Amino acid sequence: MSLLILAATLLLLTLAGYYMGRGRSVAVSGGSTHRLHSRPQYYGVYVALWCGMPSFLLLALWLALEPQIVEMILVSNLPSNILELSEDQKALVINQITHLALGGIVGGNITPEMEAAARDYAAMRQTGFAAMAVLVLCIAIAGLALGRKRIATTLRARNQVETVVSAVMIVASTIAIATTVGIVLSLLFEASRFFTKVPVTDFLFGLQWSPQTALREGQVGGSGAFGMLPLFAGTLLITFIAMCVAVPVGLYSAIYMSEYAGPRMRAVAKPILEVLAGIPTVVYGFFAALTVAPFFRNTGQALSLDVSSESALAAGMVIGIMSIPFVSSLSDDVMNSVPQTLRDGAYALGATKSETIKQVVLPAALPGIVGSVLLAVSRAIGETMIVVMAAGLAANLTANPLEAVTTVTVQIVTLLVGDQEFDSAKTLSAFALGLMLFVVTLTLNVIALRVVRKYREKYD
Amino acid sequence: MTEMSASATQIQRPDLSGKRLKRRYAAEARFRLYGLIAVFAALGTLVLLLFSIISNGYTAFAQHHIALEVTFDEAEIDPTGERDPQVLRRANYQGIARSSLRNAFPEVTERRERRALTALMSGSADQTLRELVMANPDVIGTTQRVWVKASDELDSFMKGHISRDVPESDRRIKDRDIVWIDQLIAAGNIESQFNTTFFTAGDSREPEQAGIWGATVGSFLMLFVTLVLSFPIGVLSAIYLEEFAPKNRWTDLIEVNINNLAAVPSIVFGLLGLAVFLNFFGLPRSAPLVGGMVLALMTLPTIIIAARAALKAVPPSIREAALGVGASKLQAVTHHVLPLAMPGILTGTILGAAQALGETAPLLMIGMVAFIVDIPGGFTDSATALPVQIYLWADSPERAFVEKTSAAIMVLLAFLVVMNAVAVLLRKRFERRW
Repeated sequence: MSLLILAATLLLLTLAGYYMGRGRSVAVSGGSTHRLHSRPQYYGVYVALWCGMPSFLLLALWLALEPQIVEMILVSNLPSNILELSEDQKALVINQITHLALGGIVGGNITPEMEAAARDYAAMRQTGFAAMAVLVLCIAIAGLALGRKRIATTLRARNQVETVVSAVMIVASTIAIATTVGIVLSLLFEASRFFTKVPVTDFLFGLQWSPQTALREGQVGGSGAFGMLPLFAGTLLITFIAMCVAVPVGLYSAIYMSEYAGPRMRAVAKPILEVLAGIPTVVYGFFAALTVAPFFRNTGQALSLDVSSESALAAGMVIGIMSIPFVSSLSDDVMNSVPQTLRDGAYALGATKSETIKQVVLPAALPGIVGSVLLAVSRAIGETMIVVMAAGLAANLTANPLEAVTTVTVQIVTLLVGDQEFDSAKTLSAFALGLMLFVVTLTLNVIALRVVRKYREKYD
Repeated sequence: MTEMSASATQIQRPDLSGKRLKRRYAAEARFRLYGLIAVFAALGTLVLLLFSIISNGYTAFAQHHIALEVTFDEAEIDPTGERDPQVLRRANYQGIARSSLRNAFPEVTERRERRALTALMSGSADQTLRELVMANPDVIGTTQRVWVKASDELDSFMKGHISRDVPESDRRIKDRDIVWIDQLIAAGNIESQFNTTFFTAGDSREPEQAGIWGATVGSFLMLFVTLVLSFPIGVLSAIYLEEFAPKNRWTDLIEVNINNLAAVPSIVFGLLGLAVFLNFFGLPRSAPLVGGMVLALMTLPTIIIAARAALKAVPPSIREAALGVGASKLQAVTHHVLPLAMPGILTGTILGAAQALGETAPLLMIGMVAFIVDIPGGFTDSATALPVQIYLWADSPERAFVEKTSAAIMVLLAFLVVMNAVAVLLRKRFERRW
């Protein structure tokens, strides 16, 4: 709460800085603002930046580093009998102390030393915060004064403000890069921890997936097997079924929309098709589990086939429905950008419309269509909620679409939902799977985007 | 003479192309038909999806109630007679509700039967009575007709989800329950009322007490964080990339990277959030703050791509005119280009937000699947989100949760429809063709 007040005070100071700077610039110019280098607002922003930037940066730095530093001091002050404990127990004790300091109720045995440490800890945090608050406010006021003092008619306030703004823009545009780097690094880091426990070759080429590891030494049946092939086979099976639905339906829709449909039909049907892409996947998952899977099971029973209620067929079908707009809308765009002259040439030779489409438009648009299918495949591979709700949990190396299979994403979810311990191979294997998923989808995306882009350049 | 010879040659000509033409036209018609079938198949699945959700879910907006003749006995509720709220709050309303229902069926005496009878009533009946007394202590000493919620099984039965024709062992409502229910119906003591609880309560293990308000609040707290982060960052980076960045390797890399990021599976963002925000920075689990941050990273590419397209659509003449009258490059952008591009940027942002609102998988990774009864009050409270609530309910075994799930989906879809409609309106209203 006090943090909020501090931030609000800083904001107010910054705002005051703006008005102060603007007023000061007008005063310096003696009322005729055309003598100033920049317009008065820029002087206002200049002072506000001097006031707000350093103080907010310091505040952010403190927020990021304070807990670690205070905990380090806490650990160094602990009595030796606690320091000699194992890592896990030490972490538990530290956790208890911090909870005690916050006034929470803590189970377990609390020694007087721990209570003392908790008091120290609370006091330390309080003093730390007060000191930081004073320092930040001082810096803000100093910045305010300094910025105000520097205002002169010759000060190039606009140029300086613009430098800061473009720096901020550059930082903002690197956040996308930082996200990718963050994804790669965090996945690589956790996956490498996993690979110290399980050999890479076992993971990549193993045919068994049963991630239960022994909690205690000597527990029965808890050796754990981390072979990802069954999971990838399941993912590919479901993706294949999905594409069997999405590619024909999507492609034919795209052909109809771009070549046959009149403007009115296009105006109505195209947005409705796009709606399919806007429906949350959890809704599709519910639809698959509630309507589609029972339908296939009952149909199977009527034909005396043994269809699992979590069959790959149901999940794949629904993912296929979801992917229809990915295929259709991009293919539609690509076919629309095939030059009309190509079609006219075919008509002039006496080809019917369908012959023109099949022999002229489709070959010309093929790279774009391939790209759109690849993008749809990458979506289907990475799709999570539908398979979590409608596909099975047991790893099953089969090509029979009527059986239950599991996928990479389902396993990531089941491994990471609920309590986790971050040193077990079971939890870490989720990150190894995530890394594989990322690599596969990234490769597909890069190829797809390159294909589409190359093609676009050809006709633009 | 000439006419004669013309018709003669026509008769003599072997009709080869006519047959082939017929075949070609047939192929043409078939091809066209396939296209039409594909379009209608896609539209048909959409209709089927919506129909299955709505037909399962519309019943959840009503809830059956049972009328009880409740005698608010002063000796039992407020023995001291001081109307002290503390005393009133602690009275045994559970017992009062149960005995009221039993009094309506004096013939039921056996203990197990009596328990089965009171099980027809929701566990929240005591709350209803408590609230009634707390709001109006004057009812003490009188007998009132009070509507309390029915149990989820009775509700499902009344809505026809549990059929009488099913063998008794296969249904949750037994034959003796049906006898009692028929008596209640005959006495006009069962009524269907609008289910306000569904819109005002948090999650609950009891279907009749479960609501979506907690999840809705969680979703909107998260969406707020997402927008506060991703909108400024997205717009700033779009401006930089479109207006200022030199065309070199580095900006090419950023561009390729943004396009790829837009197609990274959402669950990978969840893994990022788990590894970086929770494990590295130690932020709280299940908090809307973290959920919003993860979703912000996810929607960032969408917003950047939309904003760049909107900026690109502003003709260069606008920039040149501004530069020509002495504006700096940044002034030209902020004073002229950006306001003109704003409708497009906002449209893209709203679509990105709609996508974020329906996202589930990354939230599962950062622990937003917990069972949370309370309405979240801040950005660091434990919370869940609307799509996650749907996922949780879809996993529940109770029959009554099927309709709750469908109803929650209807609410979620309603939000998405509204957001998309706003985006479309914005585009229609402010779109400018140059």
